[in-house]
Amino acid sequence: MITGQGTVNALGNNVAETLDALQEGRCGIRKLDIPDLERLTIKIGAQVQGFSPEHYFDRRQIALFDRTTQFSYLAAKEAIEQSGLSFAGDLAVDSGVVLGTAGGGTTTTDENYRVVYEQGKNRIHPFVVPKLMNNAAASQISMAYNLQGPSFSVASACASSNHAMGQAFNIIRSGMATTMITGGADAMLCFGGMKAWEGLRVMSPDACRPFSCGRNGMVQGEGAAIFVFEEREQAMARGAEILAEVAGFSMTSDASNIVKPNRKGAERAIIGALRDARIDRQHVDYINAHGTGTMINDAVECAAIANVFGDHAKRLMISSTKSMHGHLMGGAGAVELLACIMALRDGVIAPTIGYLGPDTECALDVVPNEARKAKVHAVLTNAFAFGGMNAVLALKTG
Amino acid sequence: MSDSVASKVVEIIARQAVLKVSDIDLEASLADIGIDSLGMVEAVFAIEEAFDITVPFNANDPDANTFDIRTVRSTIEAVKGLLASKTS
Repeated sequence: MITGQGTVNALGNNVAETLDALQEGRCGIRKLDIPDLERLTIKIGAQVQGFSPEHYFDRRQIALFDRTTQFSYLAAKEAIEQSGLSFAGDLAVDSGVVLGTAGGGTTTTDENYRVVYEQGKNRIHPFVVPKLMNNAAASQISMAYNLQGPSFSVASACASSNHAMGQAFNIIRSGMATTMITGGADAMLCFGGMKAWEGLRVMSPDACRPFSCGRNGMVQGEGAAIFVFEEREQAMARGAEILAEVAGFSMTSDASNIVKPNRKGAERAIIGALRDARIDRQHVDYINAHGTGTMINDAVECAAIANVFGDHAKRLMISSTKSMHGHLMGGAGAVELLACIMALRDGVIAPTIGYLGPDTECALDVVPNEARKAKVHAVLTNAFAFGGMNAVLALKTG
Repeated sequence: MSDSVASKVVEIIARQAVLKVSDIDLEASLADIGIDSLGMVEAVFAIEEAFDITVPFNANDPDANTFDIRTVRSTIEAVKGLLASKTS
């Protein structure tokens, strides 16, 4: 059961602002504000706005918290406050945190490479390692909230947070913990991070237009989304407000190509999540797609959905909210889970914006440009990462 | 010169301890004024940056260090010693 949610991303510095933007179809992608922008070919991204670390953190925290950790920490605070949980005694021992992040402290790495290579200094700040390590955000949250159970970070590129939330789900299901703080984050919008992505030539110079004719690539975002997952009995016993129920999870590997997606791997992940959730295909109302906006991802993803769902593929809605909040890499699945919960709770399907017109390879209802009201009972959320690592979650109304 | 070294070291330590410079007792240990092991490492870094010196400090065993960081006063003296050996 999901009993708390929190976020910081380009659409808003909390859940309410983000849901407003998703419903309005507002775009968070704009010209980047980062050093050495003039040396980049790709100059746009979905950057978190109006974020001043000094407003939220003391000097010691800033010295130890990479931007990824800062976003994660604030998102966790919002989620835990909503859940109403306070971790002490047995609950503390039975609670953990598992987060997905692809890059960990990418900005910290970038800044300190500048210090030693560009500025030629031989001395760097002593906290570089605890600041940039992949598990830094998970560790800081476990320390802040006294979470003494299973905690770790998951790295599977763009599927990291779906994999992480799947681990949290399974940890609770197995009885290893009763409460898990989970989700994901990334903050790669720095010169080195962008330069590396430019090299692959999959980035759009102007907009993210998933499933649309004329789409020309992905756009990077940054931020975090964090959730409180709780064992059903515990949540019910304390009368917690249930935001949604995680009903199933599946993960597969393409075992074929380091960057090119494979339809069969995606299909097996979707089928696995449905089977695990015991949801019939015709009962799925909405899929939050991986939908990166690259030619190949969107075509392969639509083909996989069409194959798995048959005739029902024409009736269900799919959308890619990356068109608004960008591709958050390790944080993508987590921010997209907000859109899934909004669909289940509020009956509003977030649109795929930037849509110019149909592409025959993506001939599904992609909820173009405007949000739609719909009664939704079951949803899927897809993540298909570089390296052929696929992770799909199934959710139902709680 | 000596006074400016002392005041700079006190300023670094005060910043680390989140205290006012006027609240720093020269005879206090760094632990007494709330500087933990991570804070110690960060203070050593700040001293190295401020004076452009290399401090022989090993966080594995702070007590075994030749750089005497036990109290505020000993830290000031140790910095002065390193500066003297640098200029000589």
